[in-house]
Amino acid sequence: MVDKTLELFDCGHRACGGCGAALAARLVMKGAGTNTIVVSSTGCMEVFSTPYPETAWKVPWIHSLFENASAVASGVEASLKKQGRTEKVVIMAGDGATFDIGMICISGAFERGHDFTYICYDNEAYMNTGIQRSGATPYDASTTTSPAGSCSFGNKLPKKDMPQILAAHGAPYVATASIAYPADLMQKVEKAINTKGPCYVQVHAPCCTGWGFESEQTIAIAKLAIETGLWVNYEMVDGKVAKVKKVVKKPVEEYLKTQKRFRHLFKPKRQDAEIATIQAMADRNFEKYGTEIKLKKE
Amino acid sequence: MLEITEGSFAVAEAVRLCRPQVISAYPITPQTHIVEALADMVANCQLDADYITVENELSALSACVGASAAGSRVYSATTSQGLALMFEVCFNAAGMRLPIVMTIANRAMGAPLSIWNDQQDSISLRDSGWLQFYAEDNQEATDLHFLAYRVAEDHSVLLPALVCFDGFILSHTYEPVDMLTQEQVDTYLPKFTPYQRLDAADPISFGMYATPDYYHEFRYETDNAVKRAKDVIKNAGKEFGTMFGRDYSAMVEEYRLDDAETAIVAMGSICGTIKDAIDEMRAEGKKIGLLRIRVFRPFPSEDIAQALSKVKRVAVLDKDISLGAKGAVALEVKDAMYGKTIPVLNYILGLGGRDVRKKDIAAIVAMVEKGQGDQFYGLRKEVL
Repeated sequence: MVDKTLELFDCGHRACGGCGAALAARLVMKGAGTNTIVVSSTGCMEVFSTPYPETAWKVPWIHSLFENASAVASGVEASLKKQGRTEKVVIMAGDGATFDIGMICISGAFERGHDFTYICYDNEAYMNTGIQRSGATPYDASTTTSPAGSCSFGNKLPKKDMPQILAAHGAPYVATASIAYPADLMQKVEKAINTKGPCYVQVHAPCCTGWGFESEQTIAIAKLAIETGLWVNYEMVDGKVAKVKKVVKKPVEEYLKTQKRFRHLFKPKRQDAEIATIQAMADRNFEKYGTEIKLKKE
Repeated sequence: MLEITEGSFAVAEAVRLCRPQVISAYPITPQTHIVEALADMVANCQLDADYITVENELSALSACVGASAAGSRVYSATTSQGLALMFEVCFNAAGMRLPIVMTIANRAMGAPLSIWNDQQDSISLRDSGWLQFYAEDNQEATDLHFLAYRVAEDHSVLLPALVCFDGFILSHTYEPVDMLTQEQVDTYLPKFTPYQRLDAADPISFGMYATPDYYHEFRYETDNAVKRAKDVIKNAGKEFGTMFGRDYSAMVEEYRLDDAETAIVAMGSICGTIKDAIDEMRAEGKKIGLLRIRVFRPFPSEDIAQALSKVKRVAVLDKDISLGAKGAVALEVKDAMYGKTIPVLNYILGLGGRDVRKKDIAAIVAMVEKGQGDQFYGLRKEVL
């Protein structure tokens, strides 16, 4: 059972007001519990939570490099096992550390089958260095390295399907979650922690600074991502989709309009073809995962 | 017990006797025989370690970082390109003060690709905070592992350590090695007691970021720790000598240097050849001696200045080069000799496995006597 009152990610850290990642860390730790060792990659969370000599982590925590969290965690897990210790190992890494620079280490660690839980807090770009695109950046999002311009609509590539890649490695438990659904998120973390082997939970964590929205909108935007089908909350057990979050479908532009990173799709003029392309991506998600709740017509 | 064995197998046996709890390594020539031998020991229950077979060297050392921080004695081995891939982790491991011991079967750095010996790989890591030991022969390569763990894990040091021995020249050569027993090693090297570790019962944060208000002092403290290792090496090396008859208290070894007019300074297996060359030159009445550097980090500047204070000239032989400057050993020896009027000349030789023979040592002695130096030795002009 998740102890919802447990606070292992303390207040006083340096995250922006309305930071989705900070909320993700807090919720993840409630799900993980006190008998946990956290391995962090370099990134926003590492920086805002551990300015020496202060730390927001009330559990043992280690950060080594940007790309190697899963290799460090492999060593931690092996070390604990050899000493007969019972702590659980949780990796906290951003999408850049996960989708891009950490890919080799992740693949190796998942292949080896270490008993750890990998949490990717996905804010869909390199926020720590100033909002550059990563493999998790959605199609048409404007970032500082995929800027929208007179001959560009921003990021030209679709988001990499990281959960499927890790499921293909034989991960026994893979899930996506969102800070908009805290109970679900905590339960998924708890489930991952208690599943033997390498588990992966990818948490959608909107970034008000990087995406361009007011800080009180973080949860609402995370929720809209799911309602429009641009983010799907699901679980995969032994490679098979076991549980999905069903929603009443909303058009993608309700989500896109809320954020400056998609502003170029509406101003100076509305880009119908681009919006339609994104809608088609959402439609494919609804179809693939069967997440649409069809309301009875009056 | 004295046995004839390959250098790599002797090193693997020494590592086994050190009882590492976690080993993580990636194969690379000429390090492979070490990690293969260790894998074999684990597979046959001769070594109770968790052996993590990783996807590259960056992960090998990263796994060692995690395992060490969680409180286990750890081990890795690599060389050349593998060490270069670890570069980022190396600085990190030293900064986090993790007593990882790693063997380097010294090999040249590409391009062009070369699997053969020089010492460019480990030398390139000189600014990282790792202790660096260089072996002359396989007996020493073996013994230095016991010493390295003792020094690295000492709570006044807490730094990672490289034990370097020349690739192929030592790693693939059979020599007699007097191997310690498990009982002897257990007496010399007690169980690893981490100064601090990742522990849910007592949470601490490792590897935080430091603002300009703190970073400067972190580097200062780490530098101090490297320097403190000098006394620890002295004591632990002496204790080794008392217990097992081979004294490693000196960071430099003097060979026929007492009345020498010309001193050669070098590191590693080349010193065996140099000693033979010196014996021959001595027989001809030439006053030549050798100062062998066994510990390159911390750098024994005072010992070197002292040992070379009475010679008339110094020839420093480097199996490495800091391109655009000089050999790394020469640069540091010149620094150690600052303020003295004794000429110190540098010779870059033996790169990428080029053989160095006694006649080459004699030729270098002739050059330094004529004041010729600070150059590559033995260039094949026809291929330039």
